[in-house]
Amino acid sequence: MEAETATQEVVQSSLARAEAMPERRRMALRRFWRSKTGVLGAFLVLSIALAAIAAPLVAPYNPNTVDLLARMSPPLASGHLLGTDIYGRDLLSRIIWGGRLSLTIGLAATIFSMVIGILTGIAAGYFGGPLDAVIMRIVDIMLAFPYILLAIVIVGALGPGLFNTMLAVGIAGIAFFVRLIRGMVVSIREEMFVEAARSLGATHVHIMWRAVLPALVPYIIVFGSLNVGWLILEAASLSFLGLGAQPPTPEWGAMLAEQRQYVTIAPHVVIIPGIAIFLVVVGLNLFGDALRDALDVRLKES
Amino acid sequence: MGRYLAQRLLMIIPVMLGVTLLVFAMMHLAPGDPAVAMAGPRATPEQLTIIRHYLGLDRPLPTQYALWLERAAVGDLGRSIRQGVPVTSLVLVDFRNSALLAGVSFTLATVLGIMAGLVAGLNRGSILDQVIGFVSALGFSTPAFFLGLLLIVLFAYKFPILPIGGMHSVQGSSGLLDVARHLVLPAITLAAVPTTVIARTVRSSVLEILGQDYIRTARAKGLREKMVISRHILKNTLIPVITLLGLQAGFLLGGAAIVEVVFSYPGVGNLMIQSILERDLPVTQGCVLVLALVYVFVNLGADVLQCYLDPRIHFG
Repeated sequence: MEAETATQEVVQSSLARAEAMPERRRMALRRFWRSKTGVLGAFLVLSIALAAIAAPLVAPYNPNTVDLLARMSPPLASGHLLGTDIYGRDLLSRIIWGGRLSLTIGLAATIFSMVIGILTGIAAGYFGGPLDAVIMRIVDIMLAFPYILLAIVIVGALGPGLFNTMLAVGIAGIAFFVRLIRGMVVSIREEMFVEAARSLGATHVHIMWRAVLPALVPYIIVFGSLNVGWLILEAASLSFLGLGAQPPTPEWGAMLAEQRQYVTIAPHVVIIPGIAIFLVVVGLNLFGDALRDALDVRLKES
Repeated sequence: MGRYLAQRLLMIIPVMLGVTLLVFAMMHLAPGDPAVAMAGPRATPEQLTIIRHYLGLDRPLPTQYALWLERAAVGDLGRSIRQGVPVTSLVLVDFRNSALLAGVSFTLATVLGIMAGLVAGLNRGSILDQVIGFVSALGFSTPAFFLGLLLIVLFAYKFPILPIGGMHSVQGSSGLLDVARHLVLPAITLAAVPTTVIARTVRSSVLEILGQDYIRTARAKGLREKMVISRHILKNTLIPVITLLGLQAGFLLGGAAIVEVVFSYPGVGNLMIQSILERDLPVTQGCVLVLALVYVFVNLGADVLQCYLDPRIHFG
């Protein structure tokens, strides 16, 4: 009898919690709007993303059209808002098209490492035991490499290229998510609402999908958005090293590498792609930090 | 504490095996035949067979791994395909250079980071705190290769007071002072991110400690503020920072590749990138192995040190 009442109470409170969800989401949104830096970050990211999506419409020139008569024009020169590069290609158009590549790589690699990381992390944390032990040893080994070194090793093995770079930064990012998610699942596992679902006879898959995963959503959103900026930076670094996108692809890191000898003659050919990377990463960091505060998510130091 | 240390040391074994396995696997994951890479496209099948036998590629994979591990354990990492010299000698020379750069950057990041974090934390909300927060946000989001190029433009061309790269001058003086001059820009570039990370951690650590009872007690008993800071705040702030320092030291060694390439600095990271671009796999393997093992041991050292400093640490 007592147990039944307890179960009912839990079910009631779970229902109340579910009803409160939209309200909490509204509160979080309001908190987010109050953060000036967060709004600035969102604005930066949105405007760059929009320009990237609409690249064929907004880019004034073909990013690969060479105009040798207009080489290294400074910014604001006639017809070229951001000037031209060493081959006379319009820098603004190359930045806009490059944004497509960088954002796609950052997003795709993040989704890749998150999906694998979340599934593995939930399985490890939920089931525990030997499965958990094996997964965590593999994670330990992956984390035994500094992140960029692991990405370099993977690209080194797969061979240089844009797609392999995306794969490498994605694979290298998995271990971080596995550890993060697993740690949270271990503490969620003992919560009342999981216990309740279990006592109602739910299957493991049902519990993981309907009880555990939703509790992780705020964390996933926050660390996902912070991770996109991080991976964009790493992918650009690999391209800068010559391991990622190859010229003449208008990728920001590759543009910097291709033009770096000319930095003394025409600094803008290097500074402009650098600022583009910087703005995206700053935007995503500000956005992610504000989301973290709004959703009240804390990363456990471990 | 003994049990924790024993566990932590035991954990090194699977991690090291994993690291070596991964490095070994690189050779076999990589597209293309190493024998062809070594002999060139015009080699006859007979020549290829000989080279494969010489490299041990005709044996089963586990045997190859065991052989490779055995040789690596005594410092034999094979020969460079491009330069013909033993990999170990190449890696060791460059490792010394990398360690020098990492050491200078580490000192810079630690001193600056702790100072900035303390100042920001003790003056929470002040203009100084906000300036430090803003600068560290800038430093955290600037790609290392971009910062490096900016510094080169500024201090090697606009105001040519420092060399653009390398480690020694081609002509003229090549003493300690010359090496030091070559280290300034790469060290600053490399230290930028760790400095901001350390400053942030120290700041939040200070804020947490300021709320503790023992600080109130220390002030209540009339201790001078200078003493409160040096005796109580500084000491307790540093404990959580030590693990972080370990991680950052590893980052400075492993993550230095980009900075070394920007400044053409003769370090392991630079050697590794060049070897990947030239498909010189034995050299790549050697570099990765050395960098990963150093990273593992630096972290181990940091954990042991923290365990020694903070008796409250979990024994689990």
